[in-house]
Amino acid sequence: MAKVTKLKRPEMSTKDNIYLIGIAKGAFITLKHAFTTVFGKTRGADSLGSSGTGVTMQYPEQKWDDELPEYYRGAPALVTDEQDRERCVSCQLCEFICPPKAIKITPDEISSDDPWAKVEKRPKTFDIDMIRCIYCGLCEEVCPEQAIYLRKDYAITGTSREEMVHNKERLYEIGGKRVGLVNKWNELK
Amino acid sequence: MSDTKTITEEKKLPKDIASSEGLVNVQVDGVWIKVPKGTRMIEACKLAEQHVPHYCYHPKLSSPGNCRMCLVQMGMPPRLAPGQTPEYNDRGFQEIGWMPRPVIACANTVAENMGIRTTGELVEKCREGVMEFLLINHPLDCPICDQAGECTLQEYSVQHGKGTSRFVEDKIKKPKNVDIGPRINLDDERCVMCSRCIRFMDEVADEPVLGFIDRGTHTKLTCHPGRKVESNYGMNIIDICPVGALTSKDFRFQMRVWFLKETKSIDINCGTGCNVTLWSRGNEIFRVTPRQNDDVNSTWMPDSHRLAFKSLHTDDRLTDCMIKSEGAHKVGTWQDTKTAIASALAKFEGKDIAVIGSARQTNEELFLTKALTTAVKAENFSLVPRFKESDEKLISADRNPNTTGAQIILEMDDPYAGLEQIKTRIRTGEIKALIVLHEDLLEAAAFTSEELSKLEFLVSANTHASGTASAADFVIPVSGFSERRGSMVNVSGRLQKMNQAILAPGKTLEDWEMLRDLILAITGEKNETYMLEDILKQIAATYKEFSGITFSKIGDLGKVIKETGVTIPLLEREKERINNKEIVG
Repeated sequence: MAKVTKLKRPEMSTKDNIYLIGIAKGAFITLKHAFTTVFGKTRGADSLGSSGTGVTMQYPEQKWDDELPEYYRGAPALVTDEQDRERCVSCQLCEFICPPKAIKITPDEISSDDPWAKVEKRPKTFDIDMIRCIYCGLCEEVCPEQAIYLRKDYAITGTSREEMVHNKERLYEIGGKRVGLVNKWNELK
Repeated sequence: MSDTKTITEEKKLPKDIASSEGLVNVQVDGVWIKVPKGTRMIEACKLAEQHVPHYCYHPKLSSPGNCRMCLVQMGMPPRLAPGQTPEYNDRGFQEIGWMPRPVIACANTVAENMGIRTTGELVEKCREGVMEFLLINHPLDCPICDQAGECTLQEYSVQHGKGTSRFVEDKIKKPKNVDIGPRINLDDERCVMCSRCIRFMDEVADEPVLGFIDRGTHTKLTCHPGRKVESNYGMNIIDICPVGALTSKDFRFQMRVWFLKETKSIDINCGTGCNVTLWSRGNEIFRVTPRQNDDVNSTWMPDSHRLAFKSLHTDDRLTDCMIKSEGAHKVGTWQDTKTAIASALAKFEGKDIAVIGSARQTNEELFLTKALTTAVKAENFSLVPRFKESDEKLISADRNPNTTGAQIILEMDDPYAGLEQIKTRIRTGEIKALIVLHEDLLEAAAFTSEELSKLEFLVSANTHASGTASAADFVIPVSGFSERRGSMVNVSGRLQKMNQAILAPGKTLEDWEMLRDLILAITGEKNETYMLEDILKQIAATYKEFSGITFSKIGDLGKVIKETGVTIPLLEREKERINNKEIVG
């Protein structure tokens, strides 16, 4: 049985109940920003190369790409391992978990003369419909082979629906190579 | 003290009540139940709604008790000292003395006043231990394993397994992706040595080609040298394999099972009408597996029938109505086709017209076929027989699935009798117009193209392009098995339901709709047939065998509506084995 601790709301004094002080504080911050903007000294003016009017950047002339955090969730992509083997074994868990049903996989068998015949299975086709994708990252989370990652590509554009579907080649192009992690298919497992 | 004794003596003890009914009292997890004498402990637990995990135990096979997963704690009343009388508590049961070691529930039978614990520290520890041993050399390749999603190793691992492995040594390597038959693949690393497949091949398929070699941790499942699993019942070992060791070559890597929708239906490749489950995703059937029905197919089905669904997804499926003009078929609408057929048939007299139906049609379709025959006043009518040899197991000599149904609906003892006469009359030119439903006469009834070319008018309604279809003036596409609903009666007189899993391709109509529209176009009479259920209602009102039948009353396991006296050889053998106490059944 989990221990339950009851918390009490803090009592508010008369001073707290009059909101005028809070409003004045807020107005002061707004005014401060107004002044600094006029003098072009806002945060990010130098570090982000922004215009100086706040942290607003003039996209697409200015881009924030270098500042993207490690955990940024952009376009999902497939990766290969250090031996250039495609990591995906076509288990279709991402297809199953995908909330907007953006992923479609057709599995294929690896022929017995292939050096990776031991893996037995790979995707024949792997399509992600980027019109449907909601960048939730569940595919990355569910992948038992660590084959799909959300990369930092965010500007996915196209002039037709077909163009917005990333096929296997495109996914590997975005994904590139990732090293380490899974050693499962090495001979010593 | 003496008072209590007299009361106990007067009151009948539960053991006496039970034994007079041929039952015994068993306590399962604290609850007393009565089960028949000789019941396996695992079955007694099932009756008490307590699931005991197991791998090797299968009710239709002998119980070697080698997986040790079904360990439970057992207790009996303590043995009495000489001269001691048994003591009964106020409910009339003796105190249970629990054994300090577990026993397997699958191969032991119950006894009077026995206690079984399927939970508790001892049992849980045993299961954890067994799971850990089973998983020591497991390759953990669930992402590529076809069994994933329906694997008992996965299920019991969640319930009774550890999250991580304590095994730090190198795992034993065994052959993977081994070809052990034309339809089956073996992965020895995934095998848990339950021996279900070995026992099946020996006891049911009568081709004992599988066996274990090597000892201890190196034990492998393998085929007898120079032999393969070529039996027509071989694929059943894929179904009974509790893990991914045996997988189907046909279904290999086609689809993960959690995407598939299950539809209960029946097999239509022979008169037995094996109960099946259709596994589909979208508009495609991916596999067919047998469904348990102890009065039809036990839990098995022949491979040839299992893989017959492949013909549904071929390129030669008909998708549109075709009308022949100037020797070439052109796509037409159903509206045009049915009116054209009706006006063309009006030119012929009843004796000029023949209708050839099929015993592959459902009862409802046969009923409408009969109505169509009456509507065009055709004097010649027959179905196409398909008699071959029975395999003395599940495949009936009658390869038509609904002969019994046809006998009832058409009120003919031999619905195939008229076929030769129709053939002769076509040859002599007496029959000028022919309607063929669900049959290719060239292939199934040994008609020749010359005979068909003698006809002035030919309508062919079939699923696939065929010789008959190319000779026909009008071609109508119809739905195949799994694309339509209906009922059929098998060789032993059991009425069974065929269900729809997928949609027919293109502009294909359901057969009953096609027949209804055609009858309407010919007679012009209003009818009250809006649903398939309406036809069954009419059938129920017409034939005494069907009285009171509705689709829901047929149920998943069917209903006997006629005593034909035909038995299914495999079931007879199974009954014999149950009587000999070899299997539970």
